[in-house]
Amino acid sequence: MTTATADTISTAPRLDTKTRPAVEITHLRKTYGTLVAVDDLTFSVAEGEIFGILGPNGAGKTTTVECAIGLRPPDEGTIRLMGLDPQTQKDEVHQVVGVQLQSGALPPKLRVGEILDMYRSFYRDPADVGELADALGLEAKRDDYYRSLSGGQRQRLSVALALIGQPKIAVLDEMTTGLDPQARRDAWELIEQIRDSGVTIVLVTHFMEEAERLCNRVALIDNGKIVALDTPANLATRARGGKTVRFLPSTTFDERLLTELPEVTQVEYQGQHVIVTGAGELVNAVLLALAAAGVTARDVQLDSSNLEDAFVKLTGKHLSKEGRAS
Amino acid sequence: MTAISLPKPRPRTQPRTTHRTAFGKIVLNEARLTLRQPQGLIGGLAIPIVLLLVLNAIPAFRQPAADLKGLTPFGIYVPILVAFSLAMLALFNLPVPLASYRELGILRRLSTTPVPPSWLLAAQGVINVAVAAAATLILIVGGIALGAPAPKNPAGLVVTLVLTIAALFPIGLMVASVARSANTAGIIGRVVFFPLIFLAGLWWPRELMPAGLRVLSDASPLGAAVQALQDSMQGQFPPAVPLLVLAAYAAAFGYLAKRFFRWE
Repeated sequence: MTTATADTISTAPRLDTKTRPAVEITHLRKTYGTLVAVDDLTFSVAEGEIFGILGPNGAGKTTTVECAIGLRPPDEGTIRLMGLDPQTQKDEVHQVVGVQLQSGALPPKLRVGEILDMYRSFYRDPADVGELADALGLEAKRDDYYRSLSGGQRQRLSVALALIGQPKIAVLDEMTTGLDPQARRDAWELIEQIRDSGVTIVLVTHFMEEAERLCNRVALIDNGKIVALDTPANLATRARGGKTVRFLPSTTFDERLLTELPEVTQVEYQGQHVIVTGAGELVNAVLLALAAAGVTARDVQLDSSNLEDAFVKLTGKHLSKEGRAS
Repeated sequence: MTAISLPKPRPRTQPRTTHRTAFGKIVLNEARLTLRQPQGLIGGLAIPIVLLLVLNAIPAFRQPAADLKGLTPFGIYVPILVAFSLAMLALFNLPVPLASYRELGILRRLSTTPVPPSWLLAAQGVINVAVAAAATLILIVGGIALGAPAPKNPAGLVVTLVLTIAALFPIGLMVASVARSANTAGIIGRVVFFPLIFLAGLWWPRELMPAGLRVLSDASPLGAAVQALQDSMQGQFPPAVPLLVLAAYAAAFGYLAKRFFRWE
């Protein structure tokens, strides 16, 4: 995250009128026969943003990406990447957009250095192979065959190929799927590094924690439509209709102490624990009221609902199992 | 990966890389892969050379035979082995890597870069034409060294070789299109290869085939190729029929391959 908080991003999206958005998609529609893969999708991504496209398999994420990068012509709608049309200016678009597609392998018997050197030659203004390999922890692997790389190393090589043309926009499609937790955290750190180097990132994922941790804004997609588009924090709040604070009171107290607070909507009990649902500065209000009545709250937990909850609430569906893993 | 920091974008000081460099790099990597996974070279280069040596080792094959118009069976077999090599390259060495690149998502990855995936196909074409040229040269020069007659009509030979490659390579591309995986491409390649090489006369030289089979051979790409090669070896420019047969295959399969080649 940059220093901007989630709230400032949502209320004042960084869509400066002076700078055009890095990605601008309006009324995108794509059908395969009778199947409507993407229906009237509109969103834009500001420069320097990490923008998440989140949804279950088959929601239309990949179709959206394929249309955006010019692999498929849209049936309707317009797409602009850095102001360029991927259908009519494909070569230019591919110079400024680096893409890491889901499950893209490479020839097992090429060496890492040979692959990087070849992809480098495709671009007008490429990165330095040594520096890039170094930055991605592949320097020691340059003479190794692709087939000898671990899953995390292959994924880093794939990211390196997406970045080797020094793109303005990087599209990362399910880049952490199939990685172990440590490799996944490394990948997240890497994505933040890429953003910090000035690249706008479109992150396609069905992995909740990833979107919550990385994205400035998230588009939740289901059945080819955007069901919500906001910061991860706002989406989560919207899902619960509020926040929940859970605590263990030092002594019993009159429930009305809390229910009379404007911030509180509901008070429940779970064993000895009290669960208070509400909005606004809920925690402060609850703790102050308790302290004034001489009650100490121990074991205080703020149960913020997450994107998974938001998704379930908005679509009535769960994302994948992996999305719920910690 | 704890201390990663991406390089700062570099100013545009380097010379622009040209399309020629990019294609050269692709060909270079394809050549490396061909040498590192030499199955294609075994079928297209090693096996025909071994067959050349084995056939020459049979004494009867070195005696001129009356039913072969005074030629030695060995001399008859040199063009058949050239056809063997070209067919192996076209039906295995070309389609199997392409099907595997599609299967692995390499063609798809390329289509997100400024370089179109067709360049990879073109690079495979360059490599296989180079191997085909080398194999043909080795087989003919080796044949001469082992007592086969030298080709007496080099122009006819070159025209025939070009047309044969033009006829066979699109058939290989169709194999790559029909197959879903590299494995299937290998199987389909084999299924196509054996009848074609049979009609070329590998087991039963065309000169000795019964009339009906001979007609079938004349109409097949490798049969036509062997006939035209045979004629060129013996000193005449090949007649129109085998050349037209090859050209027809080239046109038909060239069209089909262009129309139906699957990139993903």
